[in-house]
Amino acid sequence: MAELDERPFPPGEYPVVVVGSGPGGLQTSYCLKRLGIEHAVVSQDDSPGGMFRKWPIYQRLLSWTKPDAPVERGTRAYEWYDHNSLLGEETGEQALVAEFMDRTWMVPSRPEMEQGLAAFADRAGVAVRYGCRWESTRQEDDGFVLVTSDGAYRCKAAVFAIGVTDPMKMPIPGIEDVPHYVETGRPRDYEGKRVVVIGKRNSGFEIADGMVPWARQVLLVSPRPVAADVLATSTVRVRYLQPYEDHSWGGGTFALDAAIERIERTSGGYRIVANGTTYPGALELEADVAIAATGFRTPLLDLPDLGCSTVKQGALPAQTHHWESATVPGIYFAGNATQAAAGLRKHGVGSASAAVSGFRYNARLLAAHIAAKHFGHAAPRRGLGRDEVVPFLTAELTRAPELWTQKSYLARVVGLDSEAGPTDEGIQPLAAFLDEGEGNALAVAVEMDDQARIYPALYLRVGEELHEDHCPPQPLHDFETDGYRAQLEDLVKRGLG
Amino acid sequence: MSVDADIVSTLAGLRLFSDLDRPELEEVAHTFDEEVIPAGQRVLRQGLSGSNVYVILEGEAGLVLNGEERATLQRGEFFGELSVLLGEPPTSDIVAKTTLRCLVIPGPQLRGFLLAHPEVMLQMLLSVMWRLRTTLAWLS
Repeated sequence: MAELDERPFPPGEYPVVVVGSGPGGLQTSYCLKRLGIEHAVVSQDDSPGGMFRKWPIYQRLLSWTKPDAPVERGTRAYEWYDHNSLLGEETGEQALVAEFMDRTWMVPSRPEMEQGLAAFADRAGVAVRYGCRWESTRQEDDGFVLVTSDGAYRCKAAVFAIGVTDPMKMPIPGIEDVPHYVETGRPRDYEGKRVVVIGKRNSGFEIADGMVPWARQVLLVSPRPVAADVLATSTVRVRYLQPYEDHSWGGGTFALDAAIERIERTSGGYRIVANGTTYPGALELEADVAIAATGFRTPLLDLPDLGCSTVKQGALPAQTHHWESATVPGIYFAGNATQAAAGLRKHGVGSASAAVSGFRYNARLLAAHIAAKHFGHAAPRRGLGRDEVVPFLTAELTRAPELWTQKSYLARVVGLDSEAGPTDEGIQPLAAFLDEGEGNALAVAVEMDDQARIYPALYLRVGEELHEDHCPPQPLHDFETDGYRAQLEDLVKRGLG
Repeated sequence: MSVDADIVSTLAGLRLFSDLDRPELEEVAHTFDEEVIPAGQRVLRQGLSGSNVYVILEGEAGLVLNGEERATLQRGEFFGELSVLLGEPPTSDIVAKTTLRCLVIPGPQLRGFLLAHPEVMLQMLLSVMWRLRTTLAWLS
């Protein structure tokens, strides 16, 4: 007898369909539900967690969660000290990853992260139709049809939170015989071996870090030099540090800058034929083992055929400031793929959208954007007393986790209409404020320049005119002092006219 | 998997990078991100600090000064270099006229990149000289 299918969201028509049950999908669904937007969530997986159900391959994350921090766990300010938990609005839904950490290190292990995400789905009641694989997509009337292994879903707007998880290899002759990062074995499997890792990004250095204690020698090869100055302030430094230090001191590990021409099989393993970039010249490397740590792409299936343009050599969907496909309106992205909505890249600094810490806020704003654009749910605007404005903004600059995590990407906006009085317009993408906003308003953001100096940046819009102002850095990042208040007061006065 | 090869050949076809050999082109493709900007959106914003340099790979952009379009930029042309090298905010907006695909050279990396690749610096200088010549011809 066929079992009764008790899974939620049977195929049919829904205002919104969310694909994916990793952190991006869970956060988007949670936020849509809080806004009262009916939607279905489908996932090919059989449990929540997305990529954290298997990766990082060596089981340790890059991003911190500090179980004890200068502020109380579970508060909004605590989110800055906890880069891995999803955002809940009720007690019991917040700071969940911290709860599972054994404090071996301040970055959680993969199982701790997975447990934290599963606890969020469970406690916040995020329903997902698991075991339902999205297979194809078409445009119909004023919406979309998503065909899945269970049947067709019709919707006005679709949110793809499908990760950046498809193994990608560069078109190098012979690379088809080289296993990808996802096929890497245990570190002890490389005992006594000479290993060539193709790629010098996160995943390349992660496996090098794991192998250095076992392998005879590790060589990392890719055309791009490692930018040591960028590394110093990068979140991935914890993985780069050991192998890169070994390289810098000439300890046997090499991070080589070379474009690989071809890879040949030999009786003992591989021969990598390459041309140096930083130091020009031919290179031939013999290796027992080679691994392609050449990255991942978003599994977009047929979305490019539907017209969704991509960036990074096809790896990521191009997006607007509101994470909508740059070329197909109504298709949205959440999670790791939102890194392709680059924002201003001020001083070359990108967003934090490739990590949970950044994209959890994007998901919250995306839900509000979809609610407003497709369903006419305008976000509530809280009136602020004239005397409240400056203390509110200095407090936001000092503690708002959105501004600290998504530097020069997300901003707190206060409307400065002289008749209606000041209003809190919420957190917004800074680029959207600058390019699409209307009316007198002040946006404040936390920014970091190329010298890694952190400072408040203030953007005043009066009519059509935009004015940018910077505040000086403060050693304890405390912007609730007279100098900062005076600088903000001056702009608020100008905005209110 | 041919897309990666595509970006390298796209770069090879641009005057700015025409003197780089294959490994150097691969280095450029691996170092700098691509960005797609929807039609109508700004890429460079007049008066705002901390901007970057953009090389157009596909599409058209308009140079907009105080709300008025003054010039059209096309594939192979680049913008933002004056602002980055002079350390001053851009003096005009650059707006995507079509869906625009660009290579982004982060502002703080431009000097180092040009010094490491004098061939690119020379091509950039030549382009700026052509622009100057056009401006002088227009003034006279």
